[in-house]
Formats: sequence, C-alpha cells, structure tokens
Amino acid sequence: MKKPPRIKIPEGIKAGDVIEIKTLATHIMETGNRKDAAGNKIPRDIIHTFRATFEGREVFSVALGSGIAANPYFAFFLRVPGPGMLELTWIDDEGETTVEKVPLVVA
Amino acid sequence: MDKRLLMKDAFCFKLLDRRDFVLGAGAGALLASLVGGTRKANAVTGSEEFEAALAEILQGATPNSGGVGMDIPAAVENGDYVPIALGVESPMTAESYVRAIHLLSPANPRARVATFTFTPLSGRARVTTVMRLAKTQEVVAVAELSDGTLLMSTRSVDVKVGGCGT
Repeated sequence: MKKPPRIKIPEGIKAGDVIEIKTLATHIMETGNRKDAAGNKIPRDIIHTFRATFEGREVFSVALGSGIAANPYFAFFLRVPGPGMLELTWIDDEGETTVEKVPLVVA
Repeated sequence: MDKRLLMKDAFCFKLLDRRDFVLGAGAGALLASLVGGTRKANAVTGSEEFEAALAEILQGATPNSGGVGMDIPAAVENGDYVPIALGVESPMTAESYVRAIHLLSPANPRARVATFTFTPLSGRARVTTVMRLAKTQEVVAVAELSDGTLLMSTRSVDVKVGGCGT
C-alpha cells in the first residue's frame, strides 16, 4: 500500500468491552471490468482479503469482491479478552501483504 | 406542444386497447404467486452469476426472510460510493454466534460483493463498509448462524449514476 492504512480504536478499553475498530486502506480497487483509452481491458487489482486477529485468534475477516469501493473501509467489533496484540492484514491481487500490529492497552 | 400531447394520448389509447390482455396477464401472475406459496417472500432475481452465488450459499435450504439488519440509503447519487452497515442480533457466544454475512448484488458485473466472517471474539455481528452499485437494484444479505440457520434480507437502492465498471 502506498500509504499505511488508518486504524482507529477507542481509548480507555477495559477487559470484556466490545469495541469498534475502524480501518481504512488506500487501494484503487480496480474492478477488471473497465477498459483503457485504447480499448484494452484494465486487469483486476483489488484487495481480496482482510483479516483481523487478536493474539493469533481469528476475530473478523472479509473476502472482498470488486463491488467494494476504492479505499476499502471496514468497521467491526472485538470483545476484548484482555491486553494483547491486534493484528490486521490486507492482501491484494499482486500479492502485496500489508500487516499492522496494534497493541491493546487494557485498563 | 398540443400535437405532442395528442400523440401521447393516441399512444395511451393504443395501450388501453390492450388492457384486457394486460389485466389478464397481471391476474395470472398474481395467481401464480399465490399458488406458488413459498416462492417467495425473498425471491430476488438477478444476473446468472447472482443466481449461482445465491444457490451456492443457500445449498438448497430456504432462508428465513429478514433478520439481517441493513442500513443502506434508499437512494444514492453516486454508485461508486454507497455506505452500508450489516448486522445480526446474536449473543456471539461459542454456543450461538453468526458465522458469516454474505453481501450480494443482483445487478453488478460481479455478484459477490463481500463475505464477512465473524467469531465469538467479534462480540457483535456487525460490519460497516462502502460498496459499489452499477445501477438501481435490490441488494441482498444472507447470514449464516452457527446452528446452520440462514437469514436473508434485501433492500432496494435507487442509483442515479452507476459505479463505473463495478
């Protein structure tokens, strides 16, 4: 990703809280259905997978198609078991994998 | 102006002459839908790809109608950017949780917009995202619960300018 994804997590998290995590990636999400000026098909280039894990445990994932808008935005929830590492992964058609690790500090 | 109106009238009369046929066909369709019974509170038709994707998800089962919350505008100017939130009420425990919500489009070039997968660790089966819509259509969401129950909801969205090349 040209720019790192933006991630928003609430402050003052306590164990047992269900928190909303907001993520915004930067990606063209080229559908593969468009043609360039010369009439040639522009190949598909999308983020096809987004995954969130907490301490290695699956929290939420998305299998994306080309119907997700450019710069994919996902807001989802996590029931916080305690302090630990939230890991977010985006994978696109060119095999580029972006991983962001966010330590959750729990009061 | 007058002339155009007259022509329009003439055209309407032509249609009206065929009203018996139209009414007959309408009544027939209504009867068929009544006799058809379960087909269907939730029958949405769309592209071949959509029908195939829906069949693959349902695996021959009949989903319960409704139960998937869909927050999506009823009308949008720009189909390139359509915010949508999907959610299912669930305790999200190991015994009872929402496994997945599938978001489908009957009229986009690609029917499968996204599949969202949840676990009990999600805490809530709810997701907000932004989708593309090529044209006016009835957006479909199918949820799979941990006990195998399927829920299906639809929302129609009026699209003024379609998402290009969606």
